[in-house]
Amino acid sequence: MSTGAKVMALHGGVLVLLFVLQFILPAYHHGNLARIMVLASYAVGYNILFGYTGLLSLGHALFFAAGMYGMGLGIQHLDLSVAPALLAGVLAGAVVSTALALLALRTSGVAFMIVTLMFAQAGYLTVLYFGEFTRGDEGFVIQQAQRVLWGIDLSDPTNRYFAALILFALSLLASLWLVRRPFGKTLVAIRENEERVRMLGYDTYKHKLMAMVISGTISAAAGAAYGLLFGYAGASFASVQYSIFPLLWVLLGGAGTVLGPFVGTLFMFYLIDLSSGITTAYMLIAGVVLVLLTLFAPQGLIGELRNRLWRWLP
Amino acid sequence: MSLLSTRALSKHFGGLQAVEDVTMAVPEGEVRALIGPNGAGKTTLVGMISGRIAPSSGQVHFDGADVTALPAHKRILRGMAYTFQITSVFERLPAGENVALAARRRLKGTQVTDAVAGALDRVGLAHLADHEAGDLSYGHQRLLEIAMGLVQQPRLLILDEPTQGLTDSEITNFKALVRDLAGKTTILLIEHNMSVVMETADQVTVLNFGAVLAEGTPDEIRADRDVQAAYLGTG
Repeated sequence: MSTGAKVMALHGGVLVLLFVLQFILPAYHHGNLARIMVLASYAVGYNILFGYTGLLSLGHALFFAAGMYGMGLGIQHLDLSVAPALLAGVLAGAVVSTALALLALRTSGVAFMIVTLMFAQAGYLTVLYFGEFTRGDEGFVIQQAQRVLWGIDLSDPTNRYFAALILFALSLLASLWLVRRPFGKTLVAIRENEERVRMLGYDTYKHKLMAMVISGTISAAAGAAYGLLFGYAGASFASVQYSIFPLLWVLLGGAGTVLGPFVGTLFMFYLIDLSSGITTAYMLIAGVVLVLLTLFAPQGLIGELRNRLWRWLP
Repeated sequence: MSLLSTRALSKHFGGLQAVEDVTMAVPEGEVRALIGPNGAGKTTLVGMISGRIAPSSGQVHFDGADVTALPAHKRILRGMAYTFQITSVFERLPAGENVALAARRRLKGTQVTDAVAGALDRVGLAHLADHEAGDLSYGHQRLLEIAMGLVQQPRLLILDEPTQGLTDSEITNFKALVRDLAGKTTILLIEHNMSVVMETADQVTVLNFGAVLAEGTPDEIRADRDVQAAYLGTG
């Protein structure tokens, strides 16, 4: 089998498996997986900037929240229906990520981390400041009646699962398509040695700018979908915690691998879920497992798989 | 008509005058060697020509236009190619992909594959295309750098100490390669190996303490007393 065929078979297989699981999973795990797929889409977006382009952002919660509030405030205050609200969320993410990219890409390395972190914190404080509209920390619920898209009730578990799967499939395929294109390969080269790429005649600034906008827009789509599918928007999604989560998921799953973000999100979710069933000090168990994983699989789960077995993994 | 020229090009780092008032002109198709002792400012000079380093004063003209204000990638797009002195390949990418990155700027699809195969073949690395660049020997990484320059089919190819770390037979191949390119591609060659300079260069520029000490054909340079004193030694 050619590399291309293997790649298609594996990633298509994962999507088919997720489709089939909807019919067999018990309600509890069914709900979990829907949530995981939306969060994994967020991680897929994060991975394009961090894993493939090598830019470590500590401010992606800003994009996630831009999507969530772009959608949520549209429904709540402008009486938008679901489709235009989703679009508003995605657009908000595109605009915010373009603006932040124009500012933050003047820096690199640690300064880039700090600039993205500061702007995301400013975003979080903005959500709190306009509490009159956003209801701040408390957040607001998006009513069931407001969550109907083309006659499909997205609060219904089955519909919700399929909506999450569609979002995840789109992000995954977009990411796969991107990294196999010359543009994606140039991003990888920028990650490896930016100066050399510049001296091959590429405008690296423009490439990084586009990577950040794509990354931010996918993150915003995930944020908008999360608010819509689970019926809630709150300031905690704009907090620094939600900037760290995708970094963790991507690191655990394998930075710079297409499937890594999903595997990392799945792993982390169930790690906390299972360990909290054992003890109230579940973060202790989770912490130890994370330390072990960093020690023995520093490239992340899929990264190690690529190093040891499947060199062809994108 | 000269493809490349510099006018009163200078660079100082703090109090250190690295390059001072260099005016030179390289005609189209010429192989120009740039020699001089370590620290003479050769790499700084080609850095300013290619746009890696901003000059303190002076101008760079390329292909009839003043490119002094252009960023590096725009100069490369106008037909310069630069190979690094300190090997700077993409270590975690296959050798073929290294060259493909350089090729994709002007080519698409199967043209890229062909051009990559051709360039690797010319430097004798065709059999190593699938190896990660970081796993190649130092000499092979140098040759990979040259392949990345060749595949761009530049009008001006800047080679910064290309033969450093190559074996004798690889150096012989390199000389043949340069002679093959001569006339078609203008080459600016920083080189310490005198046999390479003497056998390939049309003209030689000698730098010393950041300034041009002498300029002439290889034979003239070999006979120049100042150059002997500063650099070549009396032997």
